[in-house]
Amino acid sequence: MQITAAIKSLFLKEFFGAFFLAFRYMLKPKPTINYPHEKNPQSPRYRGEHALRRYPNGEERCIACKLCEAICPAQAITIEAEPRGNDGTRRTTRYDIDMVKCIYCGFCQEACPVDAIVEGPNAEFATETREELYYDKQRLLDNGAMWEREIARNIAADAPYR
Amino acid sequence: MTEQNMRNFSINFGPQHPAAHGVLRLVLELDGEVVERVDPHIGLLHRGTEKLMEARTYLQNVPYFDRLDYCGPMSQEHSFVLAIEKLLGVTVPRRAQLIRVLYAEMTRILSHMLNVTTQAMDVGALTPPVWGFEEREKIMVFYERASGARMHANYFRPGGVAKDLPPALIADIGAWLDPFLKLMDDLEALFVENRIFKQRNADIGVLTAEECWKWGFSGPVLRGSGVAWDLRRAQPYECYEEMEFDIPVGKHGDCYDRQVVRLEEMRQSVRIMRQCVEKLSLAENQGPVLVPDHKITPPRRAAMKQSMESLIHHFKLFTEGFRTPEGEVYVATEAPKGEFGVYLVSDGTDKPYKCKIRAPGFAHLQGMDLLCRNHMLADVSAILGAQDIVFGEVDR
Repeated sequence: MQITAAIKSLFLKEFFGAFFLAFRYMLKPKPTINYPHEKNPQSPRYRGEHALRRYPNGEERCIACKLCEAICPAQAITIEAEPRGNDGTRRTTRYDIDMVKCIYCGFCQEACPVDAIVEGPNAEFATETREELYYDKQRLLDNGAMWEREIARNIAADAPYR
Repeated sequence: MTEQNMRNFSINFGPQHPAAHGVLRLVLELDGEVVERVDPHIGLLHRGTEKLMEARTYLQNVPYFDRLDYCGPMSQEHSFVLAIEKLLGVTVPRRAQLIRVLYAEMTRILSHMLNVTTQAMDVGALTPPVWGFEEREKIMVFYERASGARMHANYFRPGGVAKDLPPALIADIGAWLDPFLKLMDDLEALFVENRIFKQRNADIGVLTAEECWKWGFSGPVLRGSGVAWDLRRAQPYECYEEMEFDIPVGKHGDCYDRQVVRLEEMRQSVRIMRQCVEKLSLAENQGPVLVPDHKITPPRRAAMKQSMESLIHHFKLFTEGFRTPEGEVYVATEAPKGEFGVYLVSDGTDKPYKCKIRAPGFAHLQGMDLLCRNHMLADVSAILGAQDIVFGEVDR
């Protein structure tokens, strides 16, 4: 037994074995992807950039119940609300999310009773300055308009599990 | 130079050193190249988690646990939700238990894969991390499909898990197991027998079983010294009792044994995952994944939209949370790094009065001086890697 071990050691068996193994892996198809042009598939549960949604008739979903503000562990959401001038319904006058504070836990979308605030599929919202990451209501509504199709599809796909 | 003028040389290892595994600063006193004293300086990643938790409800605190040991997020959540459940005295539905065990074992692979391969990188092998990270990526995709986030999952909840797993995901996890074992074979052939890996790790940082007990080491470090102590077996929680797995132990208590124990633990995790996947598809294990008591868990969305009572429960839970009975509990689980404990003191309100986190990495780091003394400077990074220290949980 010791002689075989000595021979294996002398002829660098483990070294050459690993070398040829690594060489075989080199010829395998590459697992990497060409990132900005190719992307990995995402699940419907993905928690990315926030968006405020509207109903199909264009009405804001958010009713200023402030559940998201209450549950947010990082206290990243600030809401101010008052009855709206034209119809007297309770609406937000201010809806800010500090995306720097946000920890993307997903509690806001879980808490929202009307599916207004959601974490959409977008993860590419890097900015050059910090100020650009303090989102206000307009920015969130614009996000909602931009991503509505994907968000609605994801919510529908995940509905049986919620 | 005369003898009197000679003094030991002090250097800083870290906090920017790539082998310092994060933000560790070690002040090393060197006699030539031999380490005379190691003084770990911690706290550079301190976020005050334990204090922050006192101002938040139990539900809000769950995401904080992901951020302790960020290499194995769900294991931390596991301890915390088990502690809350012990306070409340609720039993989790069986399907949720299986899902939790499945993801806890997946987390173990996630953490060990990072540790073993990067420790190999610390001692000179560059290929293992590249192969290992490919598998970690696949696990992170499973994380994302279950919870919505690749790392900071926030998936375990007091009373179960956030959402049920889709059948396609369970099938994909089952299909991933065998190719993973094949990769484990290749990975072991790549560096475990390698002479450089052995020279750098064997007989380095030797710990006896007694020293391990004295210093409070747990997990693979303890098992590497030959003690078959595993909380999954010693004090079974969830459904570990019915799972079949072995506890690998080392013989010498050196860095090499610790790494080999970790590699074998990954295979055992695959065994447990396979049992979970099989059980999850059985008819008797279908059903809810959250306890149906809506004073603790939110009602389902469809019910919340239809029934007034459910809506009230929903609002109460997301504003005030739930109250726990007064009392103190300590719950420890076998996290990838060792015994991760949560000591929870409740004063009957909806927030923890005090939560003490017992992180295995903290205990392992305090042994650095014991382990590194009279070793060469180059061995410090090998020992540090084999101790599996992650700063999120050390500094908290």
